Amino acid sequence: MKAEYNFIANIIEKNSTVLDVGCDDGTLMEFLKKNKNVDIRGIEISKEKVQICIAKGLTVIEGNAELDLKQFPKNSFDYVVLGQTLQAFINPEIVIKELLRVGKKAIVTIPNFGNWKVRLDLLFKGTMPITSSLPHEWYNTPNIHMCTIKDFVRFSETINFKIVKSLALIDKNISNISKSNIFLKNLFGELGIFLIENK
Amino acid sequence: MNIRENIKSLIIEKPLRLDCGQTISKFPLAYETYGKLNENKDNAILVFHALTGDQFVTGVNPITKKDGWWSYAVGPKKSIDTDKYFVICANVIGGCMGSFGPSHENPETKKIYGTDFPVITINDMVNAQVNLLDFFNIKKLFSVVGGSMGGMQVLQFVSNFPDKAKTAVPIACTSSHSAQNIAFNELGRQAITADHNWMDGKYNSKSTLPDKGLAVARMAAHITYLSKKGLQEKFGRKLQERDDLKFGFDADFQIESYLRYQGSVFVDRFDANSYLYITRAMDYFDLVKQFDGNLSNAFKKTKTKFFIMSFTSDWLYPTQENKDIVIALNAIGANVGFVEIESDKGHDSFLLEVPDFLNSLKNFLDKSYIESSNES
Repeated sequence: MKAEYNFIANIIEKNSTVLDVGCDDGTLMEFLKKNKNVDIRGIEISKEKVQICIAKGLTVIEGNAELDLKQFPKNSFDYVVLGQTLQAFINPEIVIKELLRVGKKAIVTIPNFGNWKVRLDLLFKGTMPITSSLPHEWYNTPNIHMCTIKDFVRFSETINFKIVKSLALIDKNISNISKSNIFLKNLFGELGIFLIENK
Repeated sequence: MNIRENIKSLIIEKPLRLDCGQTISKFPLAYETYGKLNENKDNAILVFHALTGDQFVTGVNPITKKDGWWSYAVGPKKSIDTDKYFVICANVIGGCMGSFGPSHENPETKKIYGTDFPVITINDMVNAQVNLLDFFNIKKLFSVVGGSMGGMQVLQFVSNFPDKAKTAVPIACTSSHSAQNIAFNELGRQAITADHNWMDGKYNSKSTLPDKGLAVARMAAHITYLSKKGLQEKFGRKLQERDDLKFGFDADFQIESYLRYQGSVFVDRFDANSYLYITRAMDYFDLVKQFDGNLSNAFKKTKTKFFIMSFTSDWLYPTQENKDIVIALNAIGANVGFVEIESDKGHDSFLLEVPDFLNSLKNFLDKSYIESSNES
């Protein structure tokens, strides 16, 4: 189980309705179902993963967030979760807007490209960074729109959504991101976790 | 055909008003069951058959002596596990395996109904079959499952009886028969009615049957159940028991021979008039129109949990048509899962050994059953 799942669960209120976009093998869905008694659905692009989810008794549809979120009416869910996949979309702006249309709130996590290891890799090696959380080569990475924690905060200002809560994951510990500490969180954070809603 | 003794039949006393306006009553509905109904009566699955299927889902069909049409999916330890579930399947009305159909004798004229049989619809089929629940004293089915026309019946059933099934699995189907679907069905019907022996549907009173027309209908339809890739891989341009082309119209190619064989075995077990009636029922199926252009409304009253599957190489009921059902369900916040199964076997995939499909079906049912048992 990924380190951030506990923190995502903490944000989500009990007995709410949740959509997990890019739900992978359903680990987070199972975790939330068990610990938060949520009514949860998933969307996943990989047929194999969908079948794994079905085998776990989860309600998942095979689909692509960029194309298939539009079938859900406005405010269908209390929360929509997008875990570490925003950077893989062709148009993250549309995806964020869709998340906030379908969900009353959205929880978005991003692998932080501003992390010092990433920065050092590029600075000293002069090659595209490869780390444990970003294991791909530049030519085969699905992560075509990498961003930093700071980028995401700026993104919220540009496309006009509200960040209700922002957390940084550093070595399995979680801490709040604020205006005063964002420089450090952006340098040391491995992952940014954001609870967002429409303004 | 002396088939009566091997067929279980329920006489439906309650009048059934058909979509065409006629009312039928005291009509037979032939059915078969597998497995045991448990004490709580919460383990029943109603399986709906497709165009040319019948109630003999699995095991040896006592009439044709061949394996049941869904032997891959239904049986002990299989996807629809008859050690766990009580499986019921009925021959659709209009069919020819014992249920009220055009080959039955009209008591007034003492002749077979033929085309005097009322035109029936998918709606009529499920309204007839729901009587089985009363017969077995089942308040709520655990599941309704079916592929192709069976899937259409699943959709219609849930729409008509929103609280009579906990789960529903429509497979490789559509909510509205497309122009292409209608076109292929019309081709089949024309082949039958063009057969000299069809005689306006009154053939059974004569000794000759419109076998040639029915065989051609089956051949044409059979092509639509396969995929181009599947056909190419299985047959390619291979020749049939010969080294060279014969410069004639014999079956030079294996595919020709295969189709002829499919046609010839079909006529032994199927009635030409039933083929006309059932294809008509499929063509008339339009759940979207029934709900004034909004498919979501068909399912508004239901809490049934859906699982929909389609197949990559199915061009008869393509993924998009299955997805349209998913979209309509999501639009009203219904509980729906969906996966497109990778397969080269075309529309027929749901009848064949396609492990991803069979596993998904099993997993969905078994998990849902545990979940529903915990709730109640």
